[in-house]
Amino acid sequence: MDQTHISSQFDADLEDIRTRMLQMGGLVEQQVRAAIAIYADSNLGHQETIKATEVRINQMEIELDDRCTHLIVRRQPAAGDLRLVMAIVKTITDLERIGDEADKIARYAISMQERGQVHLPGFSDIHIAASTAVSMLKDALDAFARLDVSMAGNIVLQDKHIDNEFRSVLRQLITFMMEDPRTISTALDIIWIAKAIERIGDHAQNIAEYVIFVAKGTDVRHASKETLEQAVAS
Amino acid sequence: MAELNLDIAPKIKVNDLNFYYGAFKALKSVSLDIPEKKVTAFIGPSGCGKSTLLRTFNRMFELYPDQRAEGEIIMDGENLLTSKRDVGLIRAEIGMVFQKPTPFPMSIYDNIAFGVRLFENLSRSAMEDRVESALTKSALWKEVKDKLHQSGNGLSGGQQQRLCIARAIAIKPKVLLMDEPCSALDPISTGFIEELIGELKKDYTVVIVTHNMQQAARASDFTAYMYLGDLIELGKTDDIFFRPKDKRTEDYITGRFG
Repeated sequence: MDQTHISSQFDADLEDIRTRMLQMGGLVEQQVRAAIAIYADSNLGHQETIKATEVRINQMEIELDDRCTHLIVRRQPAAGDLRLVMAIVKTITDLERIGDEADKIARYAISMQERGQVHLPGFSDIHIAASTAVSMLKDALDAFARLDVSMAGNIVLQDKHIDNEFRSVLRQLITFMMEDPRTISTALDIIWIAKAIERIGDHAQNIAEYVIFVAKGTDVRHASKETLEQAVAS
Repeated sequence: MAELNLDIAPKIKVNDLNFYYGAFKALKSVSLDIPEKKVTAFIGPSGCGKSTLLRTFNRMFELYPDQRAEGEIIMDGENLLTSKRDVGLIRAEIGMVFQKPTPFPMSIYDNIAFGVRLFENLSRSAMEDRVESALTKSALWKEVKDKLHQSGNGLSGGQQQRLCIARAIAIKPKVLLMDEPCSALDPISTGFIEELIGELKKDYTVVIVTHNMQQAARASDFTAYMYLGDLIELGKTDDIFFRPKDKRTEDYITGRFG
């Protein structure tokens, strides 16, 4: 959509919403990184930032919803504009949920540290899933910023890796718990964290699907790999 | 060629239609199908040829010298452009409603009976039934049933437009053409006419020209976007307004037309 609207205010309003959504995405990404750092590096210094950012993210969700509603009421967007606004409305919900997941990760990590048992000796840990989730989120936001469909398609396919990783973490931790019941509370906390990471991957996947929806007008949610590849190539 | 690939039979099939205002070519090799008993809307900026296309369907352009159409407009197996039938009969089958309401300077009853009398010789009671049925279908009966013999000019703009629709359907056309039927009406009257269009398509094939894109989105099943005499895109209204295929359509309906 290189051509501008007849109404320059419409252009300005759409651009404003898009920019704010990407800013919200940036904050959420930062939030996820900070939460994972609390767990991985036992770095409690991020605690206060996480709390403050959480409030800011929630505010942005409400503000953006409101701006989108106003844009729909005043401009009745159609075609690509309508798809963009719908995708933004959905994306901010996913971003807010990612923020909630980050918050969960931080809470479990803090409680583990307070109990003094953060890591299980011999457990390969969840850093692969965590870094995949963070990069999926970052890429999904980049793909949205550039409406890059092939990048979005790759992210959708990537989500399977996190799901596999989560299952492997689960299997390992079950073994730990069976062998040594003293690891149960820590193992359970790690499972919750791994689950939150897996959910972040799901939300990043959703955002990537919205990018394809905006650019191509095709809804690829719950679609087969073939349908997805067709939509990306169309 | 804009074919819809649907199961709906086309009521009108336009093939390679060119139209000239003197030396100016206003329609350039337009081909499209108008599906039967559906509402098809023509949209596009001023001068794109949408009203011109509409007016070729009942040869309304023949009222003016220097205007001519080439190509085919097929309805029920007959090319309307070369038909030897009386043009009045063709216009009885393809009724038209204009931008501004045009009631005849006579009573409400006679506004409707006038056209019917040209084609049919009905008994008094059959004519009364016909008038009532036309006014009922055009959603005007309740408002005028007690003043059928008052002048049609005494009605509000919206009522006058519904009277014109009643007049057009009283002679039992197959197709109803509407050229900007709501542009002179307030939003409430517009709402009534749009509601009525939804009812009319049960019995008639409706073709509507509108400048109001939201109206096309609300009232039509299919939308054709025209620009500078070319048919750019014809599709299901939902598709045209949600995921048009042609960038020119997208630019127009999103207000990027410069």
